Amino acid sequence: MSVTDIVFILTAVVTVGSAVVVVVSRSLIYSVFSLLFTFFGVAILYVFLGADFLAGAQVLIYVGGILVLLLFGVMLTHRLYNLNLTTERFQPIAGTLIAAAVFASISLAAFKTKWKLVGEKELEPTTQQIGEAFLSSYLLPFEIASVLLLVALIGAAMLVRRRTDV
Amino acid sequence: MEYLRELLTQQVAGYDQLPEVLQIFLPMLLACLLCLGLVAFIPLVAIWGERKVSAHMQDRLGPMRVGGWHGWAQTIADGVKLLLKEDIVPAQADRLLFKLAPLVVFAGGFAAFVVLPFGESFIVSDLNIGVLYIAAISSLGVVGIIMAGWASNNKYALFGGMRAAAQIVSYEIPTVLAILTVVIPVGSLSMQEIVRAQSGGVFNWFIFQPVTFLAFWVVYLGTLAEVNRTPFDIPEAESELVAGYHTEYSGMRFAFFFLAEYANMFLVSALATTLFLGGWHGPGFLPGPAWFILKATALVFVQMWLRWTLPRLRVDQLMHVSWKVLLPISFLLVLAAGTLALWREGSP
Repeated sequence: MSVTDIVFILTAVVTVGSAVVVVVSRSLIYSVFSLLFTFFGVAILYVFLGADFLAGAQVLIYVGGILVLLLFGVMLTHRLYNLNLTTERFQPIAGTLIAAAVFASISLAAFKTKWKLVGEKELEPTTQQIGEAFLSSYLLPFEIASVLLLVALIGAAMLVRRRTDV
Repeated sequence: MEYLRELLTQQVAGYDQLPEVLQIFLPMLLACLLCLGLVAFIPLVAIWGERKVSAHMQDRLGPMRVGGWHGWAQTIADGVKLLLKEDIVPAQADRLLFKLAPLVVFAGGFAAFVVLPFGESFIVSDLNIGVLYIAAISSLGVVGIIMAGWASNNKYALFGGMRAAAQIVSYEIPTVLAILTVVIPVGSLSMQEIVRAQSGGVFNWFIFQPVTFLAFWVVYLGTLAEVNRTPFDIPEAESELVAGYHTEYSGMRFAFFFLAEYANMFLVSALATTLFLGGWHGPGFLPGPAWFILKATALVFVQMWLRWTLPRLRVDQLMHVSWKVLLPISFLLVLAAGTLALWREGSP
């Protein structure tokens, strides 16, 4: 087992472990803080895939933006501890069956697919490639995403605006 | 880091016979220890400096006794005192998060030191995404501050934590946009590339270039707000919030917050030095790292100067400055930097 393997396994354990805590924790605040470790784990996995820019963006957007917003939301909530986070209809048998089926199909797909392995490659800067791809061949999806975000922004501003003249 | 590994291989007999794991991990460990030493040492000097600067600005002398010469050992004595104090966790606090929060804040500041370019080969890791990495990893500090504010189970701490989060998230946007105006002409996010692009005399530094000249002020103001210094120190405004998010902390854990604050002051000054003041470039009579530390220290001094000169902003004024003043300016600067880059490309 090489050093890379050990680091990878450690990362995977932390990522999956903290993700499990996010789901099963009975205290909302622990779920959110545990999400921090999941986000970092995913960023390290991106580094393993040679996507350094994506890893940086992952931490910047998910930890710096989304997690902080989630924390804001949670702190404005009234009841935080000992929450019973289940839906009204609790169907353990059907739920377990469907979860097992999904797990089986995903793992089957993962093991059956003939992955194209490229072997060990030198890390190369991806920032420029991503930028050029966004502004040439993927310009339309990029612009659509930005318009969508702009619409969401304007909508949010409209919703919170205090109406004085109605 | 590669440099350190080569040095070890050459200088230490039998180093290349060690197991491969050790050969990789020992330089990492050494580099981490160096950084840790730096993160612990800089605040020691900076805290003493802050007390002296504040004292002289108020026509006092400041610490004069401990250690003899101008009380230089005062911070060491204070540090030892904090270490020896009883470790108190409030009864109603969330114990796990309360203990974790100072570590998260400190780790955020510490991890960013890894990409600081102290000199030509004096950098722990020259990442391709250096600037992005600093912007990303410093958001860990926000999470730690909210964690501290929440876990303390104290209304002042919670208010402080929420204010800090709102402030840091707001000011991060104009700061990162203004940093882009440097990244556009350089064409790289690597810290070393940015410093190399400013070689060849003082007038090649980005602070003396048309668009980036303005960007420097936006970055300096934005980072000042991100490290919660006066006039942006509403997260720990004494007159309203006791001490903000670290109200309930004492002893060693408080020392961690304090260390992180001063380490972050140096960090943002070093970032501004790298981006705008030519990094380790300077006249040849001093080595590169000395110039780098000198420039960053000068910026830290300006931060202290501002703290002891200006009053604190109100919360609404703070948000006004970020969203209605700095943000439009930084958008215009990015536009101008892009236009300039296109124009330069068109007329070589």
